[in-house]
Amino acid sequence: MKGFNRLIYPYIVWAIIMIILPMLMIVLYAFTVKGNDVLTFQFTLENFVRFFKDPIFPGVLWRSLKVAFITTAICILLGYPCAYIFAKMKPNNQAVMVLLVTLPMWINVLVRTYAWRGLLSYVELSSEVRVYVGMVYNFLPFMILQVYTALSKIDPALITAAHDLGANDTNTFLKVILPLSLSGVVSGITLVFLPAVSSFFIPKFLGGGQYLLIGNLIEDYFIQTGDWNFGSAISLIMAIIILISMYIMRKLDREPKEAEVN
Amino acid sequence: MEHKTKVHERIYVALMMLFFYLPILYVVLFSFNASRSLSKFTGFSIEWYEKMFADRMIMSAIGYTVLCAVLATIISTIVGTITAIGLSKNRRIIRESINQVNNLPMLNPDIVTAIGFMLFFTSLRIQTGFFTMLLAHIAFCIPYVILSVMPKIRSLDPNIAEAALDLGCTPLQALWKVIIPQIKEGIISGALVAFTMSFDDFVISLFTTGPGVSNISIYVYGAIKRVNPTINALSALIVYVITIVLIVINVVPMIKERRREKNEQNFEKSIS
Repeated sequence: MKGFNRLIYPYIVWAIIMIILPMLMIVLYAFTVKGNDVLTFQFTLENFVRFFKDPIFPGVLWRSLKVAFITTAICILLGYPCAYIFAKMKPNNQAVMVLLVTLPMWINVLVRTYAWRGLLSYVELSSEVRVYVGMVYNFLPFMILQVYTALSKIDPALITAAHDLGANDTNTFLKVILPLSLSGVVSGITLVFLPAVSSFFIPKFLGGGQYLLIGNLIEDYFIQTGDWNFGSAISLIMAIIILISMYIMRKLDREPKEAEVN
Repeated sequence: MEHKTKVHERIYVALMMLFFYLPILYVVLFSFNASRSLSKFTGFSIEWYEKMFADRMIMSAIGYTVLCAVLATIISTIVGTITAIGLSKNRRIIRESINQVNNLPMLNPDIVTAIGFMLFFTSLRIQTGFFTMLLAHIAFCIPYVILSVMPKIRSLDPNIAEAALDLGCTPLQALWKVIIPQIKEGIISGALVAFTMSFDDFVISLFTTGPGVSNISIYVYGAIKRVNPTINALSALIVYVITIVLIVINVVPMIKERRREKNEQNFEKSIS
């Protein structure tokens, strides 16, 4: 069995080349000026200064965070009750419901978003609302499934105990079920908020170019403009914001568990 | 928690399902539309399906998507499984650091991973095309394979492999005949995840592919600028394939189960 530890050597080489190096390339491009060659790096902070001094870009960043935040909130408001109803069904029906929620996720995201474009042509909606519809449609299943998993893990004996000890339905929900399902909500938030911040084809498909988000900026700078240094700087700013939000999420996720121990 | 669902709860779930399935039904319905209109259904026709199958761009996009998904699945499943087995035999520090590195593509937004690949390939002067897209797909699939194989390996009894070696197996035989069969389920679910990830990928493919090579997602993305009902036919085709696959996946175990029960009954009859 000793020899088996050597099985990871190829992957270590692969991971350095295919995972770490590309990430370092983004950092390198973000901090250098345009048109440099491999041997003549000219380091600069100009790309970042340009982003924050621009009259539009910080607003787009703010808007992306706002859209992601509101999308997440809507997903919790719509998804939690749905997951709660699922968790109360008979086990067989629960399995069917989970399958029904999972099935659309198998169909290509672009195809689903494309379908909404046709469907929304029947109603007059602002491009902002259309983007929200697409975002919620795309991310809601993740929230439902995460909350459902957390709810279905709750020991029914705890709920019986709460009732036996005199708690009514509202109190049982607020003091037993809700706190125990929060971990599902938190992982749901991670699965909704983070990809929503960087989403770029939903605003492009449904917003009709009127409602750009940070992901659209990155795509433009890489594919249309070809200014990769500035594009890398925008991606780095976004990646850092996402890392910070993830750190906060992990902290939030840990706190209730610590409270449990106490 | 289990109790009977109330009427308003049923209505709520029904509305949710309507929300989830309305766009899918819309696409299937309009793929049979006789006119180009995307809002008025004027009559039944299979014109868009004929146009789709005659469209070389669409057929090549489907071909590239399937080829890339199959190759990426095979390679990432093999590499991922081997790496996961190796990881379990290494010190914790190495395990943790590999896991951290693997987290990068899984936690980073797709667009960040994608431009990383793009900068990397172009800096090395590698001509982007199918090969670079495949490399990128393999790279983002392996971490998912490792993630689904790892728990199975952790639950293995290390003594069984030791016993195989003591009884004269070469390490390769021990791997193939003892370890792999025990972690088969993890490998299959890892391969399924890899296939879906690769098949559905858009963002990473868009940034790593080259001229003339598109997968289905890139084709749909490029074709939305004008009204093009063949996209409806293509979308509907994807819906049919996935529905059939999911039905087969869910029904085959049921049939097997029934057959097994029947065999058991026959066996019981024959011994009584």
